[in-house]
Amino acid sequence: MRVQLSEATLSRSPLLGRLGALAALVAFCALPGSAGVLPEDEADAMYHRYEGGGVTVQGPSVLIRKKIGDNFSVSYNYYVDMISSASIDVLLTASPYREKRTQQSASLDYQHGKTTYSLGYIHSREPDYIADTSVFSLSQDMFGDLTTVTLSYSRGWDQVYRDIKVDGSIMNDPTFAQRVDHRSYGVGLTQVLTRNMILSLNYQALTDQGYLQSPYRDVVYLTPGDGKGWATAAQVYPGTHTSNAVSADLKYYLPYRAAIDGSYRYYTDTWGITAHTLQLGYTQPFHHWIFDGTFRYYKQNAADFYADLFPRANAQNFEARDRELAAFTSYTLGVGASYEFKVPRAPWIQKSTLNLHYDRLMINYADFHALYDLPTNTTVIPVGGIDELPLYHLDSNIVQLFYSLYF
Amino acid sequence: MKHRIAGLATLLIAVPVLAGVAPNSPAPDFTLNAQSGPPVELTQFKGQVVMLNFWASWCGPCRQEMPLLDTIYKKYSKVGFTMIGVNVEPDSKAANDWLKQTPVSFPILYDTQSKVSTLYGVAGMPSTVIIDRKGTVRMIHRGYKPGDEDEYLSSIRSLMRE
Amino acid sequence: MRVARILFALCLWNALSACAPIEPWVKPYEREHLADPIMSLNRDPISSVYLEHVFATREGAHGATGSAGGGCGCN
Repeated sequence: MRVQLSEATLSRSPLLGRLGALAALVAFCALPGSAGVLPEDEADAMYHRYEGGGVTVQGPSVLIRKKIGDNFSVSYNYYVDMISSASIDVLLTASPYREKRTQQSASLDYQHGKTTYSLGYIHSREPDYIADTSVFSLSQDMFGDLTTVTLSYSRGWDQVYRDIKVDGSIMNDPTFAQRVDHRSYGVGLTQVLTRNMILSLNYQALTDQGYLQSPYRDVVYLTPGDGKGWATAAQVYPGTHTSNAVSADLKYYLPYRAAIDGSYRYYTDTWGITAHTLQLGYTQPFHHWIFDGTFRYYKQNAADFYADLFPRANAQNFEARDRELAAFTSYTLGVGASYEFKVPRAPWIQKSTLNLHYDRLMINYADFHALYDLPTNTTVIPVGGIDELPLYHLDSNIVQLFYSLYF
Repeated sequence: MKHRIAGLATLLIAVPVLAGVAPNSPAPDFTLNAQSGPPVELTQFKGQVVMLNFWASWCGPCRQEMPLLDTIYKKYSKVGFTMIGVNVEPDSKAANDWLKQTPVSFPILYDTQSKVSTLYGVAGMPSTVIIDRKGTVRMIHRGYKPGDEDEYLSSIRSLMRE
Repeated sequence: MRVARILFALCLWNALSACAPIEPWVKPYEREHLADPIMSLNRDPISSVYLEHVFATREGAHGATGSAGGGCGCN
């Protein structure tokens, strides 16, 4: 049966905000350089762009890193996501929106002998989500500098709001204010195996507590014989989430001067999601150029409380329809080119590079259907059931253009 | 591969370090090819204070240190001191390319088979060994941080006075 | 439980740091290839952090992606 779209309500996803802040946290734990030597001074300016599934996210990222004295190094990153979203989820119950998320992070590294201590802070802000994260890590070289062990700990505090439309303007709903707390522990070991081979092992445990869902997204359930035959209701997520991830990355130097690397990550959490990530990469230098090729395979099963379509109202204690929690497989193919050159009349710049990366991310959902039909602007649930609809498939283009200066 | 696994397995067992040279022991003799001229033997410098610097073009702190070593060499080479740069790379091309861009005036020797590096038990990059007029090792310094050159200078000056 | 975990980590840390140095099977002067920028585990942090963010926002899994170490091993 064909049905008309329900009344449009303002619906946005702070998923980008929450997971964005969390993603920044986990990625930030990566300490550049080895423990006995501070990272090089550098400045980078990047333009990033994600486009796919009706969503465009673009913006700048600027990074500066500078040594202070012999033992300290500071870094600062300014990052913006400008979001223009008319995604399948947004269109189901709302209208397209624009939003801007700004993130600033700073870190201080202190190196003493074979140990590097690092303290960092990340502040992410968008109209309905504020995330603050602090990170501490300790990295130690041992056994003739062949082994580096890293311990890291981070805490995150998020404030979740909900935007509503009042008299044509958007503001925070004064009756809605929630919190999320994050905690993470990480252990890493990097081991030089041979003159040509290096292995990196990583373990990370994360715990989230609080309001973990999007206040905008709904679940869909059947109401046979009643009205349009289906209805939506607010998602209900558990109040806690604990996850464990372990990964291994092996890199090998090829005799004609090239590098290959392979990595695997196993992820599991208390929401019933198990995910496998496999990545292969090849790096080929050529005179002033460095070319990279990557292939990434990702597979996850659905969360316990996820369903594309629930059979009735309140079918479960916890219900979600966020496709990030669905069962899907994704493939990413990436290429990159980097050109190194000396800046004329600036001998204090040791090296500068111009870089372009392109990735194509393709996601095949196994249990998420395109309920919203773009050409006819309607939501469709066939009489014969949801399986008559095609499974959702998403192709997206990711572009990074950045200029790096090393001094 | 087996000995690699054995090596990894012994990581947690404390084993005393085996060094190549120690202070106040005689500096092992060697002969290496030079950047220019005939092969050079260490004993031909007996009677002078000698500073051996093990370096590589791929090593950041080594490259940073070289111009400072050149300054030290220029200052003391006429009064009984010599600096020898021992390049540890199996293929000297990268080192020579770098020297063309950043030339130094002290002799450069090529340890392409790592014989001298092993002989001297080089345990870090860069490594500096200062040898007195009698051919005895007097100072071993691992790594380079800005300010280390003052340490070298005070050691050289006191050895020159002997 | 958490305190016990932290204490264990610190004890292990102390134990490893206190071990007398053993002969490395890759000598400091043999690290030419490892010091090559193409062998860096994370050559462009500004780029890898961004891509990790893109994936973590759209996937259920996240974490265990950092690495420090390798390289020239100088100083």
